[in-house]
Amino acid sequence: MVKAIVLTGFGINCEEETAAAYRMAGAAADIVHFNDVLIKGHSIHNYDILHFPGGFSFGDDLSSGKVMANKIRYKKLPNGRTLLDEIKDFISNGHYVMGICNGFQMLVRLGLLPNTNLYYEQQATLAHNDSAKYEDRWVYCKVNNMSETPFLKDMDIFPVPVRHGEGKLVFGNDTMRQIVKTKALNCLSYCMADGSPASEYPFNPNGAELDCAGLCDPTGQVFGLMPHPEAFLSLYNHPNWGQLKRKNPSISEEGMGLKIFRNIVTHIAELKGIEV
Amino acid sequence: MYNTIQRFFKEGIRDSKGESIRYNAQQQLGINTGKVKTAQLFSVNYPLTEEQLQDFSEGCIKDKITDDALVNAYFTPAKYACAVAVAQLPGVTDDEGISAQMALADFFNLDLDVNTQHIFSQYIYFFENKLTEEQLKNVTKRILGNPLINHFSFAWVDEESEKIDLRYYVPEVKLTIDNTVEYIQLENLTDEELVHLSKTKVLALNLEEMQAVRNHYLDPEIREKRHELGLQMQPTDCELEVFAQTWSEHCKHKEFNAIIHFDDKSKGEKKTIRSIFKTYIKGTTDKVAESLKENGNDWLVKVFSDNAGVVKATHDKLFVWKVETHNSPSALDPYGGAITGILGNNRDPLGTGIGGAKLLFNTNVLCFGSPTYSKPLLTGQLHPRQIMDGVVAGIEAGGNKSGVPTVNGAIVFDDRYSGKPLVYCGTGGILPYDFKGKNSWEKPIDAGDHIIMAGGRVGKDGIHGATFSSIEIDEHSPMSAVQIGSPITQKKVYDFMVIAAQRGLIKTSTDNGAGGLSSSIGELATIPGGAIINLDKVPLKYAGLRPWEIFVSESQERMSLVIEEQNLEEIFELAKLMEVELSDIGVFTDSGFLDIRYDDEKVAYIQMHFLHEGVPQKIMYAEWDTVVLNEPELKAQTDFSETLLKLMGSLNICSREHIIRQYDHEVKGKTIVKPLMGPHGKAPQDAGVMRFGFDTYEGVAISNGILPRYGDIDAFEMSAGAFDEAVRQIISVGGRLPNTESGDGIFWSVNDNFCVPDSVFDEVGNPDGKQKLAKLVQICEALYDIATYFDIPLTSGKDSMKNDFKADGKKISVPPTILYSMTAKLDDVRKTITSEFKAEGDLIYQLGETYNELGASEFYQLLGHLGANVPKVRKEAAKALYLKVMEANKNGLIESSHDLSDGGLAVALAESAFGAQMGANIQLDSLPGELSNEALLFSESHSRFAITVRPENKVAFEAIFGERANLIGQVTGGNSLTISRNGQNLVQTKVEALQKAWSGGLSF
Repeated sequence: MVKAIVLTGFGINCEEETAAAYRMAGAAADIVHFNDVLIKGHSIHNYDILHFPGGFSFGDDLSSGKVMANKIRYKKLPNGRTLLDEIKDFISNGHYVMGICNGFQMLVRLGLLPNTNLYYEQQATLAHNDSAKYEDRWVYCKVNNMSETPFLKDMDIFPVPVRHGEGKLVFGNDTMRQIVKTKALNCLSYCMADGSPASEYPFNPNGAELDCAGLCDPTGQVFGLMPHPEAFLSLYNHPNWGQLKRKNPSISEEGMGLKIFRNIVTHIAELKGIEV
Repeated sequence: MYNTIQRFFKEGIRDSKGESIRYNAQQQLGINTGKVKTAQLFSVNYPLTEEQLQDFSEGCIKDKITDDALVNAYFTPAKYACAVAVAQLPGVTDDEGISAQMALADFFNLDLDVNTQHIFSQYIYFFENKLTEEQLKNVTKRILGNPLINHFSFAWVDEESEKIDLRYYVPEVKLTIDNTVEYIQLENLTDEELVHLSKTKVLALNLEEMQAVRNHYLDPEIREKRHELGLQMQPTDCELEVFAQTWSEHCKHKEFNAIIHFDDKSKGEKKTIRSIFKTYIKGTTDKVAESLKENGNDWLVKVFSDNAGVVKATHDKLFVWKVETHNSPSALDPYGGAITGILGNNRDPLGTGIGGAKLLFNTNVLCFGSPTYSKPLLTGQLHPRQIMDGVVAGIEAGGNKSGVPTVNGAIVFDDRYSGKPLVYCGTGGILPYDFKGKNSWEKPIDAGDHIIMAGGRVGKDGIHGATFSSIEIDEHSPMSAVQIGSPITQKKVYDFMVIAAQRGLIKTSTDNGAGGLSSSIGELATIPGGAIINLDKVPLKYAGLRPWEIFVSESQERMSLVIEEQNLEEIFELAKLMEVELSDIGVFTDSGFLDIRYDDEKVAYIQMHFLHEGVPQKIMYAEWDTVVLNEPELKAQTDFSETLLKLMGSLNICSREHIIRQYDHEVKGKTIVKPLMGPHGKAPQDAGVMRFGFDTYEGVAISNGILPRYGDIDAFEMSAGAFDEAVRQIISVGGRLPNTESGDGIFWSVNDNFCVPDSVFDEVGNPDGKQKLAKLVQICEALYDIATYFDIPLTSGKDSMKNDFKADGKKISVPPTILYSMTAKLDDVRKTITSEFKAEGDLIYQLGETYNELGASEFYQLLGHLGANVPKVRKEAAKALYLKVMEANKNGLIESSHDLSDGGLAVALAESAFGAQMGANIQLDSLPGELSNEALLFSESHSRFAITVRPENKVAFEAIFGERANLIGQVTGGNSLTISRNGQNLVQTKVEALQKAWSGGLSF
């Protein structure tokens, strides 16, 4: 069976629906407290997917995801290494890492995304939304058709909720923006319902550069995004499910967010040569 | 001397927070600040070398992409004219400082005690324009902080050096240990002196209660006991405080348990009510419970006897529901008041039964003065806009950071809430039936069980919250009553509780809220019959608290756990891993006494029986006479388009989207009907709907009914109407009334929440107290009348009795307000009905009858009238209609449904139309009766819906409703709403214009 580890604790709060998503996609999912890994030495290497869920680790103090990223980067595990060292091994062993919202913020601050040169240095950041407030609203996202990450296979335009106060992806300079574009690491963008660029509020809900909603690393094994696909596991999560169902009575009851989890679980199962 | 790290944005990085401050200063205060630049300062009191400090700043504080940082140097941006630094006052929660300290510990791999604060954070704001001192202070006080919790340093640019020299303040608490215990002499005090003592010590006990305490200490049996133990014959300060907390209105509900002599002159009848709680509230549930039982419905599990009401939800889940108020703190510090309100209310389901319920959702209902309030503010009164912004920010932080979705709510504007706002917080949760074979909802405690405090430490914050909320706010309200919550501290406690309960480690738990340990342990101790508490074992935030202060402090984020000896080791280990502090502070006994010690010295020794039963019953007086009101003469009007547009934008109808979107309403992934739905998320809904889990489509509908203005005409009808409003909202989304079939499992769980002005008659201070109390009785009579008719039980509730703001010789009192917060089981959330139209061509019906009932309506309010004909609930007709709606929904015949409430039919149609991005053609001719156009369009008669039906279902639908189905029109694909009568258009307007007006009412 494909196995996912979903880390939690310290204010992370989307672990349950995330674990549910992996389970619906056919994987086994363990919800594990960060300190089980950091202090008790619970190993991430027993898993195929390492997941950083959404929430408010340390209340977004200092910046969203920053205190948690510091822990991962600096705190010594019982074996004397840091969790970041373990994650680097995890990735070079061919495993997969995903972060959503607060988890994405951690991955970016840790340098796991976009990680253009695989040096694991911070190359972008998540700044306060241009609106200067936290907002929960549904947006459309479009998959970059140049991107090869397995997480987004066979996906194009889909609706999904954003729920954050610090989601504005900033690369800081043109060079970095260009590299990200060239390598198609900006794998997911905010868009209009028809897929055309969002470019303005509230379609781009936070002012992110390149309308960027999600990033992957050059290996495609690490993927993160600000929106919450794990909050769209069921059709009935969609704010317009009433009209959608009326228009198309045979519409699937599965939410479009689940596809991302299905993609990665299926991909790993295929690599391992096992059934989902 | 502190080291400092200042962090600020690099040149060219957008400062959206600064932009927002600039906008708000202009918009709310008319002050042009010019550009605003924000920065943060960390004061570090930990031995680090300059190089270590640099590394820490680089590695942990600044963001590599957007920030610059200076170590031990201060940044002044060029061309800025003045600045303010906003720090916390000593002892106020500084989560950001604590988190920075956590980062420091991780960075250097130090084992740093997080309970000693080494890093303090503060914000700095630079303003481009040279503001006057008054302007700068005004902006600071209104937008940036609150002098009750913040310290402000102001500075202006020095023309020569071009520097702004701020004096940075560090809020270190400097107190020395003080374990003094005083004895308070009561024996020879006169009545006046007793009352004076109660007031100066903020005990909020009246003369009879003070006398009862004094007399208790004269009881020979008590004197002998005290003599034996070497205690003096007078109460200690701690004992007196325990009586004050336990007997507070907040904890004891003395007025709801008072004897009320009611002289109803309107009916020429006099009666005596022995406890309105027992008569009307518990009385309702007792009667309903009997009726449920007769019909084989056994879902009521626990009512009124725990922190929250408990009902059976599914074959393996219990549903826990509690709504609380947090009004007084929110008046003083809106942000802190609301955040502690929501977090405190979360702890109620969390501490119900054994404890460890999973929280499913939050609701909030808020009552404010107008955000554009223009009367002069009284001493200590905050502007309603400031209160609103602060409360909303507090709910945002409290709810979002706890990971609990806010799925339903309401905001009511009325200037009588400008002194004390009302902040109602509700939380629903899920318990399994059992934890390791033990019934989850029960609270067993045996002598010998350990008392464990879990979570935050104890400080001076929140001392006297329970007693303070039981009196009016005036200029002398204690500052220590204000607390700031720490959602992350509580989240850790919550996560811990859930796991500890699942592992069977917790025997019982309760939350520490009002009255602190005094209330939580005092109440739990009634189960085994006593307790010993060692106050020296209670961990403190800082030294300097006297024993009594430790016992009554309301410091937040704490639970009291009851743990059996054999589980101590395991639970302490789990807590350590999850970074939750536990302290073993005592044991339960069966001695019959509450035995409180500090370093083995007794600081209080109180007979449990007297503590809980000794409070004298209050006697109160109510009086009512008929009030004659008249209907206004209306100007003849034939075109109501403009009126409707104005109504859409009016304060009590307009969109709350700006606020709703700041709350996370879908974390946990179980929200099915959110506050705003439809193709563009603009359709307001009647009730929230959640599913219970990913393994089931069973769920719960959540609604709130509140109609304070109706009480200006008739308090009975206000109460009945608010109850009906909440019921019909649940019926509207597809809910079913309870007890209509044997064993159907359709639970209803209702919390009643009373917020009334001081209703104790006093010739000088409260001359209309008897009339206010009469209204309270009428509210309760209506509640009993309608709830027992519908078989809907109350499972928990709250009464807040002193909602008055007094200052400068003036008093602002809230109108008597009742909120009914309802939850009801849905068998299949996929069958819920939302309010927006679904398809062009669908038929539109009005269900339920309109009467000439414009009294206290939004329409009259718009014209400046009150009127006399307040909407009346006709419960028989209402129930008959709801049963038909249920039948129609069972057959899948209803496509959309919106209940008719504020603004009547016209507003409901407008919302269903723009919410769907569709239009409608309406003819009112088919509606029976001889009503005026105004009444047909805007009357707020209860128990009505605007619903839509597919044309092909017309016959089946009408067969169910017969004459009660009034076909009034059709959904159009067009973009206009047309309402006509006798061939004449009463309303003809673009749907987009209606939505724009609706969206614009509160958009700032």
